[in-house]
Amino acid sequence: MATYVARSKQVAARMLGGEMMIMSPRDTTLFNLNEVGSAIWKFADGQTPLHEIVERLCAEFDVAPEVARQDAEAFIQEMAEHGIMQVSDRPIAAIANEAPPQEPK
Amino acid sequence: MTLTATHELAIDIGGMPILVRTDSAQFAALLEDRYGSFIHAPSSDGIFSLDVELIPARTIEEDEDVSVRLESGSWIMTRGDFRAEWDPRTGHGWVRQSANPYSIDGVLRILHSLLLAREGGFLVHAASAVRNGRAFLFAGVSGAGKTTLSRLAPPDAEVLTDEISYLRPCPSGYEAFGTPFAGELARIGANLRAPLAAIYLLVQGPENRIETVEPAEAARAVLRNILFFAHDEELVGLVFKSVFDFVARVPVQRLIFTPDARVWELVV
Repeated sequence: MATYVARSKQVAARMLGGEMMIMSPRDTTLFNLNEVGSAIWKFADGQTPLHEIVERLCAEFDVAPEVARQDAEAFIQEMAEHGIMQVSDRPIAAIANEAPPQEPK
Repeated sequence: MTLTATHELAIDIGGMPILVRTDSAQFAALLEDRYGSFIHAPSSDGIFSLDVELIPARTIEEDEDVSVRLESGSWIMTRGDFRAEWDPRTGHGWVRQSANPYSIDGVLRILHSLLLAREGGFLVHAASAVRNGRAFLFAGVSGAGKTTLSRLAPPDAEVLTDEISYLRPCPSGYEAFGTPFAGELARIGANLRAPLAAIYLLVQGPENRIETVEPAEAARAVLRNILFFAHDEELVGLVFKSVFDFVARVPVQRLIFTPDARVWELVV
């Protein structure tokens, strides 16, 4: 079964001086993403399956597929725990469309 | 809530007075003593207010963390020693606490962080002082030297706070305001405002010197010293953006210092 990952829409993120900084809205933990993390963040569009993201990482960073897969999964799990990424077994935009409307803040 | 509000005090921090009402003369006197020059006579144009309901003191668990959340348009603020509610649509709220200055101090810090977030400003863990008409911030976690630097301030420097600095954007950049939020110095800051000249990240070392800091490191350092009370997506996003605007406009440098008065020779 394919896995899909997406950047959460409300997350505060900014690229500065070549560093991607992301803050969890849930607990205000600040993350500095390295090159690989930044690439995963860029590829996490909710439509690209994780195995394809891993293939892109291997091509871009000269890393073994198994290592790239393990690193990507660990990274995505940590991001998901902080509300920074969403993970699903279906493309995420479809899930977002099905979701009930959020109460305005 | 119905209160017999007989005493009113305006606690004016950062140019945003909050009218505090209490029916206890003793508590009003305690506030006057605690907030000193930050207390103003109530005026009719106050737009923010807090009714204080005093309850008997109870034992507080030290691990009771602060919680700030938005419910039906109002901010609900709780800590072991207080419960408060604030409606940003009306600017009014209430606090339920015992007769002590620490609880309302906590509520005021939270309220100002919420008010500032909408204006592009923020509260930051930093000492600050005014010298030659310009404000300087000294940021760092506990033990970094905020109180030490404040104690070493020369006579021509006015300490705005040794613990929590108050920043608001203005047309020419940012202004720092004095706060009554004291750290180990246990002394409220000077009730002054001044344009911000620089923010220094404190590092204790063998000599006094200033180093440049790359923008990404500057943003990281400021973000890590911001007081975030509300884990609210919109508010976190606003403050996050404000910090990047801030580091693009204000010099952020590393101040390596030995704990003696000569460090102030660099702060001019």
